[in-house]
Amino acid sequence: MKMEIKVPEAGESVTEATVSQVLKETGSFVKTDDELIELETDKVNQPIYAPADGTLELTVKVDDVVKVGQVIGYVDTEGAAKQAPEAPSAAAPKEEEKAPTTSPEKAAIEGPSARVSIDEHLQKLETPAPAAPPTLTPAPVLPKTKIEEGTVTRRRMTRLRKTIAKRLVAAKNETAMLTTFNEVDMSEIMAIRSREQEGFVKRNGVKLGFMSFFVKAVVAALKEFPDVNSFIDGDEIATFQTYDVCIAVSTEKGLMVPVIRGCDEMSFGQIEQNIAGFATKAREGKISIDDMRGGSFTITNGGVFGSMLSTPILNPPQSAILGMHTIVKRPVVIGDKIEIRPIMYLALSYDHRIVDGREAIQFLVHMKNNLEEPTRMLIDL
Amino acid sequence: MKYDVIVIGSGPGGYVAAIRCAQLGMKTACVEKGPLGGTCLNVGCIPSKALLHSSELVYKLDHHLPEHGINIEKSSFDFDKMMGRKRDVVTSFNQGIAALFKKNKIDHLQGTGSLKSPTTVSVDGTDYETTHIILATGSEPISLPFLPIDEKRVVTSTGALSLEQVPKKLLVIGAGVIGVELGSVYKRLGSEVTFIEFLPKICPTLDETISKAFQKILEKQGMTFHLNTKVTAADIAQDKITLTTDKETFEGDVVLCSIGRRPYTQDLGLENVGITPNKGFIPINGRFQTSVPNIYAIGDIVDGPMLAHKASEEGVVVAEILANENPTIDYIAIPSVVYTDPEVAAVGLTEKEAKDKGLEVKTGSFPFSINSRAKCTGELDGLVKIVADAKTDILLGIHIVGAHASEIIAEAVLAIHNKVTALELANTPHAHPTLSEAVKEASLDVHKRVIHK
Repeated sequence: MKMEIKVPEAGESVTEATVSQVLKETGSFVKTDDELIELETDKVNQPIYAPADGTLELTVKVDDVVKVGQVIGYVDTEGAAKQAPEAPSAAAPKEEEKAPTTSPEKAAIEGPSARVSIDEHLQKLETPAPAAPPTLTPAPVLPKTKIEEGTVTRRRMTRLRKTIAKRLVAAKNETAMLTTFNEVDMSEIMAIRSREQEGFVKRNGVKLGFMSFFVKAVVAALKEFPDVNSFIDGDEIATFQTYDVCIAVSTEKGLMVPVIRGCDEMSFGQIEQNIAGFATKAREGKISIDDMRGGSFTITNGGVFGSMLSTPILNPPQSAILGMHTIVKRPVVIGDKIEIRPIMYLALSYDHRIVDGREAIQFLVHMKNNLEEPTRMLIDL
Repeated sequence: MKYDVIVIGSGPGGYVAAIRCAQLGMKTACVEKGPLGGTCLNVGCIPSKALLHSSELVYKLDHHLPEHGINIEKSSFDFDKMMGRKRDVVTSFNQGIAALFKKNKIDHLQGTGSLKSPTTVSVDGTDYETTHIILATGSEPISLPFLPIDEKRVVTSTGALSLEQVPKKLLVIGAGVIGVELGSVYKRLGSEVTFIEFLPKICPTLDETISKAFQKILEKQGMTFHLNTKVTAADIAQDKITLTTDKETFEGDVVLCSIGRRPYTQDLGLENVGITPNKGFIPINGRFQTSVPNIYAIGDIVDGPMLAHKASEEGVVVAEILANENPTIDYIAIPSVVYTDPEVAAVGLTEKEAKDKGLEVKTGSFPFSINSRAKCTGELDGLVKIVADAKTDILLGIHIVGAHASEIIAEAVLAIHNKVTALELANTPHAHPTLSEAVKEASLDVHKRVIHK
């Protein structure tokens, strides 16, 4: 019997995917749970596994766009008996080969409902179709610069890149975004790091980086200014009661934003462990949709690439994002003297619809104070 | 030997389920106590359509041929031969199903099937073991307590399909689909036909516009309707039957009781496995499982319209569920047809149903009286009505009364199932001249762009 291979559900907002790799060729013999192809969705790359042992027949090729639920091939289990290397070929009586390949015992008791009620059908009335007859006026077209062929090379946008593009434009168009800046004297944190590094590594198995300090300072500031930890939902302002901080990481495939959940209840060590875990997953391309679901605030660190100052862009529906930058020794005035201090500029982009300038500025000042004197965080300042 | 699946009932739900199970590699048996094919084939759809067609030819002989310049001096018909032809049609189908069973290696277990345990079906005393059971035992006509059915003079649809002679006066209680179809048969063959309907409209599931137009057409053919009338008593005398209602009394020589059908689960042994029917219907989940997970139920014994094609679709779906597939059945896209002349066919929501669901609707309609093909053939009665969602333009319902409506409805079902918009249907080329152009025009009318009106 031919078992269908279907594109599985991959999260609420994922409706289609692109075939990024074919791992097993049509005609090859596959075993249950073998990786057959890799799909690239808006958010992650996802392998599709063989539903049964048998001969593979794929109906899609690399770069094909497939929809959730679409049949993308078959595994012919008839072939299983004949082709499986370990199947005893002569021993099995002929009749056996024709035995039901679907084991009725295994019939899926659980599974999606087969009965689409009238109300369910109606709920799925999708995007409005043109209600009015099409007019003859041509749609406005963006002016295009004529580009001489040969002066550019072209490559297809990946689905991830397309999604990033779409979401970023949406974030810009649908919010009232602006940015406030400040600077942090990193001396104290750097001193703690060099002083405590050995003990920290021994205890936690990971290095004490800057990020745990920033996550903790963000949590403290969010507690002080809950509107920053909120988002607009229709006519309501919804305030997160959780402190789930997203960390933007650059991967080969593009930007990904995994979430560290419950940062308020984590130690510095646990935060660093989480970050290290995501770094590994990112390198291996294994960050999952679940890793990226939710989150109430985002930190992005352009400093690792040398950025002095930038204006980060919101990660909707969140209302604020913190930009970290490179640490540079600068002359600063301390008391009445000029001193050399390691300085990092901070940028907080926020949605002015929900966060006022005063709060945003105070949020950043609160962070600055805690980062310059980390001991303040011990006593919940 | 143990079966993978035993299907109880060989009607359009059961036999189709059995075939699909067998196709999917399951060792399958189908239990049937009567002739194969169930109600649909033996005492329902098939024999009634045979008689409807025969009687329609008789009617056309006298009423349509003269306008085409064809004159038959003295027309007559042979009722026995007509019934004989009907029986032949049915028999050929009985044999057809038997042949399909043989081809698919399905065992036909003759006798009354009853559940002994969740995995044991007893057929007239012989026990058969099985992994899964599909219940498809169908439905039976409802009768009135004061009007005992003898299937000779007081008949259900079953008896009405096998009368020995054409009654002079036929009283039909219930002007639903079955009533108007069989009433039409005997009206065309010469009976005086009177309908007594409790509700304020005929074929109550139809769209209001369609139902009204339909009633007028049938009245034009000489049938009489008494709506809002409740039969309260009956007197069955030697020479006539008198029905007393809350309005007046009616006399006739045959009474057809067509007030509806109820699920048939008698002797099925549901109590042995702990399945409790709800108002006669067997409760099932989204995957057709009863309260006993390996026992499934489809067709007239479960929720939904009591239609042969609905049962067949469900049969296929259950078989595929057993094969670990994820099929679906879209209930809004189950068409319903009345095989009168003209026919009535509908799919989706009526205008009222859509409004009751809080949807804002747009409608369009087109009468066959100005349709090119209908003019050519002289089948001018009826109209097409389209109901679309005002916001999305997606089609919600398509309702047709007119010649060959049962065939025209197919494109409407495809459209509803695939959430096509009125504009898309309107922009779909239709061959000219055809009756189906009325569907296109009615869709155009939704957008006030109708060409021929």
